[in-house]
Amino acid sequence: MIVKGKVWKFGDHINTDDIIAARYLNTTDVKELASHCMESIFPDFSRKVSINDIIVAGENFGCGSSREHAPIAIKGCGISVVVAKSFARIFFRNAINIGLPIVETDFVDKISQSDILEVNFDTGTIVNLTTGEKGNFIKYPEFLQEIVKSGGLMSWAKEKYIK
Amino acid sequence: MTITEKILANHAGLKETFPGQFIEATVDLVLANDITGPLAIEEFEKAGARQVFDSSKIVLVPDHFTPCKDIKSAEMVKRLRNFAKEQNVLFYEIGKVGIEHALLPEQGLTLPGQLIIGADSHTCTYGAIGAFSTGVGSTDVAFAMITGKIWLKVPATIKFVYTGKLARFVGGKDIILYTIAKIGVDGARYRAMEFTGETIKSLPMDDRFTICNMAIEAGGKNGIIAPDQITGEFLSSVTKEKGVFYYSDEDAKYENVVEIDASAITPQVAAPHLPSNSKDVREYSNVKVDQVVIGSCTNGRISDLRKAAMIAKGKKVHPDVRAIIIPATQRIYQQAIKEGLIDIFVESGCVISPPTCGPCLGGHMGVLGKGEVAIATTNRNFIGRMGHPESFVYLSNPEVAMASAIKGRISHPDEVTK
Repeated sequence: MIVKGKVWKFGDHINTDDIIAARYLNTTDVKELASHCMESIFPDFSRKVSINDIIVAGENFGCGSSREHAPIAIKGCGISVVVAKSFARIFFRNAINIGLPIVETDFVDKISQSDILEVNFDTGTIVNLTTGEKGNFIKYPEFLQEIVKSGGLMSWAKEKYIK
Repeated sequence: MTITEKILANHAGLKETFPGQFIEATVDLVLANDITGPLAIEEFEKAGARQVFDSSKIVLVPDHFTPCKDIKSAEMVKRLRNFAKEQNVLFYEIGKVGIEHALLPEQGLTLPGQLIIGADSHTCTYGAIGAFSTGVGSTDVAFAMITGKIWLKVPATIKFVYTGKLARFVGGKDIILYTIAKIGVDGARYRAMEFTGETIKSLPMDDRFTICNMAIEAGGKNGIIAPDQITGEFLSSVTKEKGVFYYSDEDAKYENVVEIDASAITPQVAAPHLPSNSKDVREYSNVKVDQVVIGSCTNGRISDLRKAAMIAKGKKVHPDVRAIIIPATQRIYQQAIKEGLIDIFVESGCVISPPTCGPCLGGHMGVLGKGEVAIATTNRNFIGRMGHPESFVYLSNPEVAMASAIKGRISHPDEVTK
């Protein structure tokens, strides 16, 4: 899988209250959640992003609560992948489980706001098409690849457990 | 092996586990609340599942937006209630419900040696009784409700060793804030945090719950304290079950050992907008406050209310301050009435809320307006956490919060007691 899109760059410790504030958690509607994505720290984010755009962030992206509404809101905005130096652990597993692609790499330092990025999941490479620089990332371990290939945890569960 | 590795090995049917290993483990208890539960139920139904794997191992706790704050939250709780009836799983109705991480241990549902998952990040609280307990997402809960299993990566363990006697007005909250300030909000990312040492051994259960509760604020996968006599006494007060006591081996491998002189810890206050911005309370004594919240899964237990009442007794809340007290469960509420604590609070001008997560996450029962400042015994002070994106939350223990309510600015409890 290869994705290409425009970069929206964020800093370290972007938490789940930043991604989707708790006052909007009284619904499970994807569109509504997406419309408030990043609102507290980046008003109108959901209106400014386009399909396939890419979020790039620093350390500990998604720290805070266990709300799956956070990766759902991001995915609902049309974001194709989140690239960060590191992810908080619950966000990491939620993203894998719902099928939001995420990439962990220090190449983040070589990416700026509005750059165009190409991420190749098959080769584990990332190209900054704006600057021409290239980087690598470590692919998911086999166990997680299985889940991601199935399209998320529940599809994997269907194949394995639900007859 | 460490206590964490032993519990995981036992639940994965393995002789041993090692950090970095992926395992599929069986779960003893699966928890979801009114925010995360409906999503889990949607996934459960979408997958075509008809029955939960074991109705006695699933518990649904509507505690975040309850008593329901609006139509949408009422619909979400209705969904939870209907599912609970259909599947015959535990559901705590208004009148019985409390804040999940205070409620479950009190109901005797969490036991040493168990593997517990919950779609709530503060599920790590139950590590205080020697369980492996961690926060997960709604899809994880859906998967576990169907299969009784969870996928996990075995975490490396950081051992924290606390020595020395705690100073006056210093408790579990100060220990954990001090620790998070030392290692940072990602200082234990993906790691097990094992809290040990003579200081921990002499701590009452309530303080232990507070410490493990905030392991997630350092990025931890779980916080854990080896069970001992204090754990045993607590257990026998709530259940006939004993659980299984695990201990780390003498030669257990730790990624890191952090030694902390607990006698040097002073009452802490974490400034906006990260729990790691924690310093001695006196560093912030010029900060005026509009609201004080004493409650939450971190500090809404009976000993927290006792500590706050001791400060409030015979004094009045500052006229410019709203002070909100939230007993975490009905049992705690009733105990507080019996001990006369509620009288003390009302007399001093505090308002008492029913058990709810409410203001901690800016839900209801005390939401902040633009520019307002709160000091709270809660666990997070992120941007907009308690309301308006331009409001400010300081975190502290109950004595500091109550002293601040009386003075109208952040205060050391010494300022209002003799």
